[in-house]
Amino acid sequence: MKIANKKVTAERLVRDALEKAKHFSDYNIFTFLNEEGALKKAREIDEKIKRGEKVGKLAGVPYALKDNFLSPEGETTASAHILEGFKSPIMATSVKKLEDEGAIMIGRTNLDAFAHGSSTENSYFGPTLNAYDRERVAGGSSGGSAVAVALDIVEFATGTDTGGSIRQPASFNGVYGLKPTYGCISRYGVVAMASSTDCIGFFTKTPEDMDLLMSVASGRDPKDMTTLPDYYNAGDGLTDAACPSDTLQAAQAKSSRSTEHAASVKPSRIGIVKDFDNESVDKEIRLALKNKIDLLKSKGYEIVELEMPALKYALAAYYIIVPAEVASNLSRYDGVRYGFRSEKTKDLDSLYIDTRSEGFMPENKRRIMIGNFVLSSGFYDAYFLKAAKARTLIIKEYEKAFSKCDFILTPVSPNPAFKLGEKVNDPVSMYLEDVMSVSLNLAGVPGLAIPAGKTKNGLPVGLQLIGPRRSDKSLIEFSKVLNDNNEGGKN
Amino acid sequence: MKYIPTIGIECHVQLCTKTKLFSEVDNDARGKEPNACVSPVDYALPGMLPRLNGEAIKLAIRAGRAMNCKINASSRFDRKHYFYPDSPKGYQITQFYQPIIGAGYVELPSGTKIRIEHAHLEGDAGKLTHFDTYSLVDLNRVDTPLIEIVSMPDIHSAKDAHDYCKELWRLMCYARVTYGDLYNGNMRFDINTSLAPEGADKLGTRTEVKNLNSFRSVERAVEYEIARQTKILESGEKVVQETRGWNDATGKTTGQRSKEEAKDYRYMPEPDLPPINLSDVFIETESAKLPLMPKDYREKFKGKIADDILEILLDYPSLMKKLDEVESKFAKIISNLFASVLLSEEKSAEYLNDLPTAKDLNELAEMNEKKELSSTATKEVFLRLFDPQMKGRGAKNIAKELGLIQENDLGALEAIVDVVLAKPETKKAQEDFKAGQEKVIGFLVGQVMKESHGKANPSAVQEILRKKLS
Repeated sequence: MKIANKKVTAERLVRDALEKAKHFSDYNIFTFLNEEGALKKAREIDEKIKRGEKVGKLAGVPYALKDNFLSPEGETTASAHILEGFKSPIMATSVKKLEDEGAIMIGRTNLDAFAHGSSTENSYFGPTLNAYDRERVAGGSSGGSAVAVALDIVEFATGTDTGGSIRQPASFNGVYGLKPTYGCISRYGVVAMASSTDCIGFFTKTPEDMDLLMSVASGRDPKDMTTLPDYYNAGDGLTDAACPSDTLQAAQAKSSRSTEHAASVKPSRIGIVKDFDNESVDKEIRLALKNKIDLLKSKGYEIVELEMPALKYALAAYYIIVPAEVASNLSRYDGVRYGFRSEKTKDLDSLYIDTRSEGFMPENKRRIMIGNFVLSSGFYDAYFLKAAKARTLIIKEYEKAFSKCDFILTPVSPNPAFKLGEKVNDPVSMYLEDVMSVSLNLAGVPGLAIPAGKTKNGLPVGLQLIGPRRSDKSLIEFSKVLNDNNEGGKN
Repeated sequence: MKYIPTIGIECHVQLCTKTKLFSEVDNDARGKEPNACVSPVDYALPGMLPRLNGEAIKLAIRAGRAMNCKINASSRFDRKHYFYPDSPKGYQITQFYQPIIGAGYVELPSGTKIRIEHAHLEGDAGKLTHFDTYSLVDLNRVDTPLIEIVSMPDIHSAKDAHDYCKELWRLMCYARVTYGDLYNGNMRFDINTSLAPEGADKLGTRTEVKNLNSFRSVERAVEYEIARQTKILESGEKVVQETRGWNDATGKTTGQRSKEEAKDYRYMPEPDLPPINLSDVFIETESAKLPLMPKDYREKFKGKIADDILEILLDYPSLMKKLDEVESKFAKIISNLFASVLLSEEKSAEYLNDLPTAKDLNELAEMNEKKELSSTATKEVFLRLFDPQMKGRGAKNIAKELGLIQENDLGALEAIVDVVLAKPETKKAQEDFKAGQEKVIGFLVGQVMKESHGKANPSAVQEILRKKLS
């Protein structure tokens, strides 16, 4: 990526990005453009460079922020009506890390409201258009971020991935998209969707950029107790002694998880999942997968065919566990303390009912209802607990798979970008789009969407590299092997 | 028919941690403006995550051990959902499935054991104040750490209910896990009462009275419920399972809501907090920090201090600790001074936090024992030991400075007695005494005391007088 220096000023980089953002405004990528703030920061960095002072690893790099990351710049709306007007006093840990290294947010990007969706059509601000076909969806939920990178407006964009929300839009728009290992990047200050599957990640044009961003953003955060020790930069053999331990960590007996270290993998065997290569998958996607397999074989890799029967429960388990956590996490939006409050409010019940009825999108309500149903007394054991057990099976299935191979290569989704409006009224077929992506979130393993050519109609096709927990760095490194012709980015 | 009451009690204890259960904000909101002790985590800004306060875990271990409970090596948190403005997240973080404190028991002063089912950690709710057309929300109390202690239905009388609550309060204060200020809701009791015919193998239908904050109201509410339910059962009707409110002024409970419309809390494991795994060493280290408990003091002072005085003093951990520090032969006199002098002082609450040293108390008791101080003088010196101007000087010096040391030197006393007996105005009394008028001795003792400027030991004086006049 282009980093500001004495010849190329940060102001130049930021101005270019803002100009491009405006040029592509009809794609509906941004919910907010940070013109003043971005230029001010750019000039500060240029001053520093002029004075010969040290600047960060991402000095002057313009980036786009998915609108569910809290920062005091602009309103944080999560593209949801109910958060309209919400200005955050807080900056998310991940945003702070990027900004501390000099990255400059030029705008906030559109998403499905509260990240519920696979097309960005569930946004209160309307859909974002696909970078390659304006009649098609951008994918979702991080649609705006994917298109911002694909159209080369910014060097990178942030995303959140709860069931595919980074990988699927990345593959629909031909860019790299990483869902890291669960707990790798702090979730503090990111509007929660489903706490046990939410991951913070990035869209980039190259694996090298991805690696740089990961080295900046990853690491344990005392504000997020589910974060892992900083394995990404420590590499192999990290022990707990190298990590800052707070009172409670000290209080806890060493759990096996905290003594794990980075999984540094030198891959020789690549797994492919038989169930993900069948009639229901688009022919051109299958062809793209075959091409990459051939490439790997030609480079001397062993291809291992995997049977992963537990993965067939993934979608069902996902659409129980995630709605349950969604319903819970959305309980705080009640019109009492911030955001939108219905004007019809006349008593406490109507404050809740009217505010939430008017403030949430239909997909939000659908998930709240499913979630409350599976948690309700008498149904908990039949649904939530059963899904939790299926989740354990899926975790074990991946462990088993990684005893037979080093990485797994699969499609990201069964189809390339679909037409706008095509699936809006068919939630089940929309959910089926996630069939290959959600199992990673349930298992907590990392997945990297990589560009893998285009269809005859010119639509990008993406594939997904899956690794064991904490193998993020090796996974990114390995993706370079698959990059035989310069892919990534439209222009 | 005779009915046997069965009572189970749930008790919420606010823990005295420095910061809240899930944020780094001050946990002590006393005297602060509404919403002054609230962090973005507490008021549930989007994207905020709970950070577990390790101090609360330590206090929970101590509280559990104070009740002879098993501490679970692994426990975790759950979310309990309900909509109300006192709950900013829309759920309370509690421990529904795997609490940190397991089974144990509390022993009452009478020796009765009340079993503890379990106790769990959770965050407190905020407070609403209602006005005519609006309500105000104060979130200062949100996520103050609580432990909820759930008893088994082992209580069968209003008195035991009272004693159980009081003993719990003592245990929590001794373990130093709470400020124990009942008036300000540091401990709140919910009582479940049911009645069943004697010999029945099933419990009757229960009612719950929530949020009692004094032992007296616990006792009265149980008494009232027993009487009310007895009347219902005797008239052949059925008790309705419901939550009832207690009115301290009328001394009555009234129906609030019945369990049929009870909320579905949709419990779910808290995904933002990893399980709490505690090593044996950690649990033992914390448990070892428990000081002597009421039961230890009872054993220690049995027979040395009057039972009724001991039970009074047990309400004050600092007094018991001090009593334990003084020489055991002085425990009785000092316990009397604590009970009858200190606790009746207006400033006693202040004094409790700044007690005299054991050395001073020993000195004082010794002077009293040697009859160098009269009982009145002992009380006076005792109170001076709390006087910021005096306390540093030591009990003996204070007594001397105030001229309160009694003359016990028999030779010196004899000389004074002789002077008094030589006085003409005592002649008649001397003769009257010799003639058998016993009462006159008081007058003569008084004269000697006067002559000695009050320093003579009156009983020694009397002894000398009797000898001389016999």
